[in-house]
Amino acid sequence: MLQPKLAVHSGDIELTSLTKVFDKTPAVDGISLKISAGSYCCLLGPSGCGKTTTLRMLAGHETPDAGKILISKRDVSGLSPAERGTSMMFQNYALFPHLNCLDNVGFSLHMRGISKVIRTERAMEVLALVQMEKFAQRMPSQLSGGQQQRVALARSLITEPEVLLLDEPLSALDPFLRTQMRVELRQLQKKLGITFVHVTHSQVEALALADLVVLMQSGSIEQADSPQLIFNGPTNTFVAKFIGGHNVLSGRVTELNRNTAKITGPGEAYFTSSKFGFTIGANVNYALRADLIKLHPTSHITSKDSSYLRAIITQIEFAGADVRITLENADLKECLVICKDYEFFLGSWTEGDEVMATWSRDDVCVLN
Amino acid sequence: MNPKLQVLPLLAILSLFFIGPIIIIFIVSFWDYTEFSLVPDFVFTNYVELFGSKVTYSVYINTLKFAGISWAITLLIGFTVAYFLAFHVRSLRWQIVLFLVCTIPFWTSNIIRMIAWIPVLGRNGLINKTLLSLGLIENPIDWLLYSDFAVILAFVHLYTLFMVVPIFNSMMRIDRSVLEAARDAGANGFQILFHVIGPLSRPGIAIGTIFVVSLIMGDFVTVQAMSGGQSASVGVAMNHKRALLQYPAAAADAVILLIVVLTMVAILMRTVNIRKEL
Repeated sequence: MLQPKLAVHSGDIELTSLTKVFDKTPAVDGISLKISAGSYCCLLGPSGCGKTTTLRMLAGHETPDAGKILISKRDVSGLSPAERGTSMMFQNYALFPHLNCLDNVGFSLHMRGISKVIRTERAMEVLALVQMEKFAQRMPSQLSGGQQQRVALARSLITEPEVLLLDEPLSALDPFLRTQMRVELRQLQKKLGITFVHVTHSQVEALALADLVVLMQSGSIEQADSPQLIFNGPTNTFVAKFIGGHNVLSGRVTELNRNTAKITGPGEAYFTSSKFGFTIGANVNYALRADLIKLHPTSHITSKDSSYLRAIITQIEFAGADVRITLENADLKECLVICKDYEFFLGSWTEGDEVMATWSRDDVCVLN
Repeated sequence: MNPKLQVLPLLAILSLFFIGPIIIIFIVSFWDYTEFSLVPDFVFTNYVELFGSKVTYSVYINTLKFAGISWAITLLIGFTVAYFLAFHVRSLRWQIVLFLVCTIPFWTSNIIRMIAWIPVLGRNGLINKTLLSLGLIENPIDWLLYSDFAVILAFVHLYTLFMVVPIFNSMMRIDRSVLEAARDAGANGFQILFHVIGPLSRPGIAIGTIFVVSLIMGDFVTVQAMSGGQSASVGVAMNHKRALLQYPAAAADAVILLIVVLTMVAILMRTVNIRKEL
């Protein structure tokens, strides 16, 4: 058991117009999504965006008001959590406080009437998988948060689910442990080859873990893509802001020719016009990655058709390897620049200095 | 101020009204007595007579029987009511309303609640008259009133709430996600009740048990009134000795009863960590 599944993975998920309404306000508003088998999917979004409700509907702990859920090509509506082939790991772990680790892990086998000997053997196997076999006889209250989580993970895995559902699994851990568990979760998912659906509000977590990041807001999916695509090509302002590391700037198309569009806003930005359908005079929002902006003295002469922005440094924040610099000018409330420390300190700027910020036209991304 | 001094007022009250009387009873239980007077002394005759009498054992067995049967019934009803309140009544407001409804019987005194049964259970009472007029029975049922049945009925009526409250309290502390986790692990409703809710309600059951058992073990009014003097309990026997002015004998009885009840409570406390619950 719990060997990597070599056969064709089952455990793909398909949601069609899935809707859940609480007190007349839709918590999940007709979302459709495909998650391929054996992939790691993160449902990401601010609190109240419907990600947990979506997860709970997948698990069978919440009944959809409309729409369909297919797991392994099978309509699961009306099936109990156990019949769906899913298993859920709860946010606060929800271990049975009156049972020791071994009995917690073996609980589902106990419910199926499997004998104590086999139950114990299997539970020990799964506990070993999460390196908790030494703690088999401990009660949950005698374990640290991280250990409780491992036991909860073992309890979810013992049913050999096709889909593991994780509700904010890392949010209760301290930062060090969080990073460590993140790595372990990813390794475990690869080893077992089952589908993981992981709810989180941390974009760092989602980018680090997922094959598919599903960014949600007020019950709808804003963007569902690979982490690289989400980060490098946010499709709208919300995504760019939520993912972080981007500046959302806006301007007006003032020049347009065959190759290049010039957008005047706070400074001048140039785009390869063939990539986007611009019209003269139109307002354009674009995302600019903070770490791809270069700072120069104001005397710097830019080449023709290269984007730039003059602004005052309002804040310098040293963050170890990086320095975070906030820029501001008359048309621009705030623009974040992330520089390597050695690059930044060459310029010996201080707050209040005027600088010229430049970037390549390949590093911008037009938003809807 | 030394914080230990702050305990003094409570200690003074407890000493005067609780510890003091127990010590006096303990001392008096070694006294001698005649038909007219108490004789301060240090004799074991009261205890020797108590343990030497067959009546003592039959009275204890009878009392334990009342306690045992009433306990089982109050537990069954109490657990069911608490379960309903905690898991089937969703809104807090309705929980409070229904909870208050449970306490309505406590707005009147024990005696009135007991006496209220007489017109219901009596030979010419409500039940017998109804059954007679329906033609279901030819003669009135005798065992309804002034019987062990009546005693247990009254105990259940009087003390079920003492079971409901602590069990409800325990159940409200159960994290709802634990129940979902059980469902997720494939447990059906009965299995959740038996393997999760039941064990997690144990502290409440233990506290309720202590209430019900110690109340019944010390009772004499209910037994006397509802059995019509036909059944005896430890309390009834003790009260009988008191009425005959055999205070030292009654005191010895009280000391033994206290030890028996404390032993029962001690055993219960060993099975459940109650302190965690308070």
